[in-house]
Amino acid sequence: MAKDDVEALTFEEALAELETIVERLDAGELVLEEALALFERGQALADHCNEQLEAATLRVEQLTEDGEIVEINVEEEA
Amino acid sequence: MEPLFGQADQEHSTWTVGDLTAYIRELFELDYRLQDVRVEGEISNFTRARSGHLYFTLKDENAQLKCVMWRSNAERLRFPPSDGDAVVARGHISVYEVGGVYQLYAQSLSPTGRGDLALAFERLKQRLAEEGLFDPEQKQPLPRFPRKIGVVTSADAAALRDILNVLRRRSPFLSVLIAPALVQGDEAPYQIVRSLQWLDARDDVDTIIVARGGGSIEDLWAFNDEDVARAIFAAHHPIISGVGHETDFTIADFVADVRAPTPSAAAEIAAPDIAELRPHVQALGTALYRHMQTILEQGRWQVQSLVRSLRHLGPQARLAGSRQQVDGLTGRLEQAISRHLERRRGRLEMARARLDAVGPLATLSRGYAIVRRADDGHIVRSVGDVTAGDRLRVRVADGSFDAAVES
Repeated sequence: MAKDDVEALTFEEALAELETIVERLDAGELVLEEALALFERGQALADHCNEQLEAATLRVEQLTEDGEIVEINVEEEA
Repeated sequence: MEPLFGQADQEHSTWTVGDLTAYIRELFELDYRLQDVRVEGEISNFTRARSGHLYFTLKDENAQLKCVMWRSNAERLRFPPSDGDAVVARGHISVYEVGGVYQLYAQSLSPTGRGDLALAFERLKQRLAEEGLFDPEQKQPLPRFPRKIGVVTSADAAALRDILNVLRRRSPFLSVLIAPALVQGDEAPYQIVRSLQWLDARDDVDTIIVARGGGSIEDLWAFNDEDVARAIFAAHHPIISGVGHETDFTIADFVADVRAPTPSAAAEIAAPDIAELRPHVQALGTALYRHMQTILEQGRWQVQSLVRSLRHLGPQARLAGSRQQVDGLTGRLEQAISRHLERRRGRLEMARARLDAVGPLATLSRGYAIVRRADDGHIVRSVGDVTAGDRLRVRVADGSFDAAVES
């Protein structure tokens, strides 16, 4: 199954597809093979969403006077 | 300079701050012209203290004058003063020693018509409104899950720190791209427009925040600039304005796709909250698993009923051989089906183990629920997804029940 393709999805795309899959499974009317394929893809999508939620630290970039983009480190303040 | 009073009559003696300030106050109070002055200007930074005293600044193009009006005088005012009002104030000038400032102690205020700034604001607001720049149908929706948020604001200001803190807390998976701009002074409108257009031209930016911390009307004036308003209107990406405090409304606010009361609020509106997303994803994982289980159970039941029908096919009178043949067939069918189901069950169990590892079942059992519209099964994520009278299906850890939307 196309797991690589799941990895390439944005969080929004993965979540939207996962929601669609859950709704389709809930609606029923699928042949077993189809349902299982959807289920597996749903699993991969859920994993992908969770990974994206957990892995992150805010990335901050700034445009400089020279028109370059530099990554900056901003300390959190209370 | 020759001191008027005795305390500092030696040439090189050192003053205390208090003595010097008291001396300056006496200088003011000795000038009879300052004891009853009428001064014309525009009110800004107006505040009414809990005590009932009024504090404000009178200003014109060249200068500012701090003013105070005690409650006894304030209570006699015939109009509620507010920022932008052009007034004539009458009172005396003295020094507030604790603050080290001279100020007008106003006894009366009378309006002389609306202030220039306020008038300019109203005129521009009306003109742009007539042109349709504020029309609700022109507003763009915000993306639910932006990947990169553009920010136009001053690079060193508290507003930016507030925005970054909120984004870091709510959506650490985001990227932020800051296009700095002066947000105050003559140069500000040009810089705001330039930074906004630069961000808007980028495909990787999903939402743009235009922000500035609180300040006086004059401080926020760049956000009442027509060029800024038109740049916001022309932007392809959705724009959130977060200028000043809750009570400040600028032209930029009216033309932006969403107006946030403060810079922090703009960040909250722009970014989804990870604290809500996490359980949402987990609930979806749980739903996925439960639906699959239901489908497998239904499949099993269908197979069993098929087998029963096969057994009852034909009357008792059928030849024993046929019966035996049917039994043999059903036996093989049952074996095939149970092999098939076992294989599937194995895959399901593996998936379930992975799912349990991320804890979705635990999430539902903690009290989360998945709410769907009964008619189309659509998952309810927003109050906008339902209307009164809608039937809902609510799924909790151990099953489902139906509910209805009352209001």
